[in-house]
Amino acid sequence: MTPLLATGTRRRIRKSAIPGFGLTMGFTLVYLSLIVLIPLSAVFFKTADLGLDGFWEIITRTRVLNALKLSFGTALIAASINAIFGVLVAWVFVRYTFPGKRLLDAFIDLPFALPTAVAGIALTALYAGNGWVGQYLEPLGLKVAFTPVGIVVALTFVGLPFVVRTVQPVLEDAEAALEEAAASLGANRWQTIARVIFPAVVPSILTGFALAFARGVGEYGSVIFIAGNLPNVSEIAPLLIVIRLEEFDYAGATAIAAAMLIVSFTMLLVINGLQVWSRKRSEKL
Amino acid sequence: MDIHVRNIEKDFGTFKALDRVDLDIESGELIALLGPSGSGKTTLLRVIAGLEFADQGEILFGNQDMARVPVRDRQVGFVFQHYALFKHMTVLDNVSFGLKVRKDKPSAEAIRQRATELIELVQLGGLEKRYPSQLSGGQRQRVALARALAIDPKVLLLDEPFGALDAKVRKDLRRWLRDLHDQTGVTTIFVTHDQEEALELADRVVIMNKGRIEQLGHVDAVYEKPANPFVFDFLGNTNIVPVTLRNGVVNLGQGDAAIAESSGSKDGPALLYVRPGDVRIAADGAAGLPTTVQRVQRTGPIVRIDAEVFGSTAPITVELPHLHHDTSAFQPGAELRLRLLQFSLYAEDSGALLGASTPADAIGVAASRQRSR
Repeated sequence: MTPLLATGTRRRIRKSAIPGFGLTMGFTLVYLSLIVLIPLSAVFFKTADLGLDGFWEIITRTRVLNALKLSFGTALIAASINAIFGVLVAWVFVRYTFPGKRLLDAFIDLPFALPTAVAGIALTALYAGNGWVGQYLEPLGLKVAFTPVGIVVALTFVGLPFVVRTVQPVLEDAEAALEEAAASLGANRWQTIARVIFPAVVPSILTGFALAFARGVGEYGSVIFIAGNLPNVSEIAPLLIVIRLEEFDYAGATAIAAAMLIVSFTMLLVINGLQVWSRKRSEKL
Repeated sequence: MDIHVRNIEKDFGTFKALDRVDLDIESGELIALLGPSGSGKTTLLRVIAGLEFADQGEILFGNQDMARVPVRDRQVGFVFQHYALFKHMTVLDNVSFGLKVRKDKPSAEAIRQRATELIELVQLGGLEKRYPSQLSGGQRQRVALARALAIDPKVLLLDEPFGALDAKVRKDLRRWLRDLHDQTGVTTIFVTHDQEEALELADRVVIMNKGRIEQLGHVDAVYEKPANPFVFDFLGNTNIVPVTLRNGVVNLGQGDAAIAESSGSKDGPALLYVRPGDVRIAADGAAGLPTTVQRVQRTGPIVRIDAEVFGSTAPITVELPHLHHDTSAFQPGAELRLRLLQFSLYAEDSGALLGASTPADAIGVAASRQRSR
């Protein structure tokens, strides 16, 4: 083989037209490792001390199982509520003009900014048996504060901005011409929303849902005030982790944490898959 | 379906988009709404479609008043400039949409058959399963057209249908649309700001400006006899020469040269409008508009000469087919006499049409009168 040919062969390795791949990819990996991967793997290393049997024994205890079920269950319900009403809120903000719209729009972000403990205390005060809202709900047999319902309320509160803020820009970008086209083809309002607008925003709803869900699973501050924290009834997994830590049972704490991580990761993966699928349907290349 | 627009007015705030517009469109006609942006042409199209409601006046389909009929019941096929295809649907689903949402929905098999037929009609057979993002601009617009035709529209409305396409595709689609119209016979109204497109494609042209119809007529009639300076100017390149009309004879501003006879009779100052392509070099010894060559430029098949007109500040541009002329003959500074084949005369103040070239002028200028300079 002549040297010329050799260079030719080497050149065949495909290179991107955009320079800097090595540098940026290297930075990304280091950054992700420092911020995400190393701390998270520490959880698994610590848990590994227990062995598989020990790990299984800890997470199948009734109290732990109930806490996990409660955390994921309430997070799912809250994210679902947000997925529905968040879309509605986004729709109203995008489609209509009304006085005070900007101010109200700014309020949406408050759950982001507010210390979650403040939110928790405020919600508890509202929904407790003697609170502004609670005093009317309690006679109806609906106890909110210090029950799982209260947890859902708190998680809905902290998760709301995620759905609104992911769906809003997509709705804003939706061409008015699409709706006009549907109408000119004889579609009524409902058909237009169901067949034309909704499919276009589904990927963003899923994104918002995933974010709200993830936030809900990890939420601690607002929940512990309103939940009442009764073991097996209204005790969330993050709280149980803190309790274990206070008992210096580090392995026990990390075991629950590892279980949460695994479940969360799996669920987010599924949601991501759904997103990719729905996006492919709309922007197939 | 014949369509009648009666005294339509539409304001957007203080902006008058449509100002007392009347228009009658015959069944099966292909008509172009032509005008600069902001002239109200798109608004008029949208009012006919029912996507916009007029403040006053009425729209009739046949003799049915459409005022209270919403767009979804009007049975109009609307094609948007940027296609407005449903991205999450295949070509087949896009075309079937109008049939699927119908109250008296046909059977799935019938829908499929009709959609496939239309996809064949717009020459996209084999692409049924593609998504809009997998198609070129021209193909997308044809899908949009098939989708609009699926509902058996009473009228097909196209809003700058080729505006987003490149020149070559645009030309092909134009010819194709004309053929399609001749095949289907659907009454079609399309909006464009491209005069060439309007003249090539349409049976009749509506020229709009500032919310009003400036002229309406057959393509040739409008091109040959523009009703006012705006229409003349809008339909192509224009030379303007200030002249004086005296006894039906056109004189140069100073009155020192009779250059042509006109069919108009009113005496007084006027503006002569002539297209660069309607000017020729007068034969040796023959009379003509006296000019001095300023600049000669060859662009492809034509030679463009800018010449200064005696007694006028505005230069005149002449476009000659390159084949017949030896460019080297025209040097800057050379004197040139021009023959005006076709022109229009408008009043300086009101813009009213005072007259136009008589057929005799095709030969040249008022031959009996010589330049007396």
